[in-house]
Amino acid sequence: MTADTKRHIASAALIIGCFALWELFCWAATISSVVLPRPSEVVITLFERRDAIWPHVWQTLFTTLIGFALGVGIGVLLGILIGSSKLAYGVVYPLLVGFSSIPKVAVVPIFVLWFGAGTVPAILTAMILCVFPVVVNVATGLATTEPELEDVMRSLRATPLDILTNVGLPRTMPYFFASLKIAITQAFVGTVIAETVASNRGIGNFMLIASSNFDTPLVFAGLLVLAVLGVGLYVVFSIVEMWVTGWARRRDVVMG
Amino acid sequence: MSAAEHPVPSRGDAFVELENATVTYGGGERAVHALAPTSLRMGKGDFVALVGPSGCGKSTILKVVSGLIRSTGGLVFVAGREVGAEAMRVGMAFQNPTLLPWLRVRDNVMLPLKIVPPFRGQYRAKRKTAFRDRAEALLAQVGLAGFGDKYPWQLSGGMMQRASLCRALIHDPQLLMLDEPFGALDQFTREELWSIMQNLWLERRPTVLLVTHDLKEAAYLADRICVMQARPGRIIEERTVPLARPRTIDMTFAPDFVALTQDLRDAIFSTGGAREAA
Repeated sequence: MTADTKRHIASAALIIGCFALWELFCWAATISSVVLPRPSEVVITLFERRDAIWPHVWQTLFTTLIGFALGVGIGVLLGILIGSSKLAYGVVYPLLVGFSSIPKVAVVPIFVLWFGAGTVPAILTAMILCVFPVVVNVATGLATTEPELEDVMRSLRATPLDILTNVGLPRTMPYFFASLKIAITQAFVGTVIAETVASNRGIGNFMLIASSNFDTPLVFAGLLVLAVLGVGLYVVFSIVEMWVTGWARRRDVVMG
Repeated sequence: MSAAEHPVPSRGDAFVELENATVTYGGGERAVHALAPTSLRMGKGDFVALVGPSGCGKSTILKVVSGLIRSTGGLVFVAGREVGAEAMRVGMAFQNPTLLPWLRVRDNVMLPLKIVPPFRGQYRAKRKTAFRDRAEALLAQVGLAGFGDKYPWQLSGGMMQRASLCRALIHDPQLLMLDEPFGALDQFTREELWSIMQNLWLERRPTVLLVTHDLKEAAYLADRICVMQARPGRIIEERTVPLARPRTIDMTFAPDFVALTQDLRDAIFSTGGAREAA
């Protein structure tokens, strides 16, 4: 058995163990399912109410992915703009930091005011949460290009676009994919917050209604769905990352 | 001996010409004079080495000649035109090989062909196979035959530096700028690369400006050696290396070679504070 397989088995055992412990604890302490449902109850609820839950899952996934795509697009453009020029980096960065330190939940009411309750504010909230990590990572990747490499390119009379496409963007890829993994989880946060505050669809709204009905197992079922969606998309982007930026992590093989 | 007693040999056909060129960073009281008025002439195909202590403006001269920075005073001509006025094929190699880690060695070497005219236009067209063969041939010349498909991180430091030299030469540069390219290598690899560098130069005859701390390296490779002084940076002495080509490592132990490096060493140390020079 390789060290890798051992590690995988151990972490799987830990996850299953946690659920087992939770199950055992609720059963032994006879905790009411209104307070803390057993994992088995949650899974059963999820299965029994699947027809009611399903449209909400689609709604949340769809909203998140659109917000994510918009956020990443804007983030990449802004990142290139800021990272390609020292002046822009110095001038825009403080504004960006200030903007990013606003708790994003606080802007949901503004979006509701402008666009009404529903899908649009949720998409925008997801988008806003995605933008910052992408901008910072893309800009950092571009701004940290080795000066000697830039000298080589400039002595070849490369245009700024040549430098960007041949050096800047490829070397930014590891930073970019690292930011995508952060952005996708952030997008879920944004969507669920907005759905909770101002929507009549989506997992956030459905969990809110379930909780006001004291239907705790259903609330946990929503949580489980969110966890699965989040982990799933994280894994998707990790695989894409490994595929595109493998060069950045294979430095351990050296020949004499 | 001083520069005044041995004026720079004036050549009618100077390919590179610095006429009292100065470089000053900043202004007012805080101005840093990276390069005091400096004159230097290089004929087409010359191999000139710049030696001297750290911060004496060696790399500054390199950047001025290659057009990366503009001189603040004086004149800089390359090929009879003011530097930057005309597109010049320039090759550069540094102590850090700066290969792109996401490209195979061959594609790293081919990078200048993607950028520099007239190759640039041909790159996307059917010429790419021809360029690939050209890169492979050059790699074979520096002892990297069969390594074109590797990634830079699979090579040792010496091999990366060889690939970096190939990248500097693939587009047949008229000017080759070498900024301590062998500085980080062990002695054996370094001597091997001197020989490779000499062969490449003898075959292609670019005009080379080599910045180095290593006096033996300067004397082995260059036709002429300029000794520089720091604060403000300037050339204080010029020596012609009278040794025949091709030079060999054995020659570096001969009395006249040792006397030459000893002489250069004295010239640098006479200016004080030059402990980095070996």
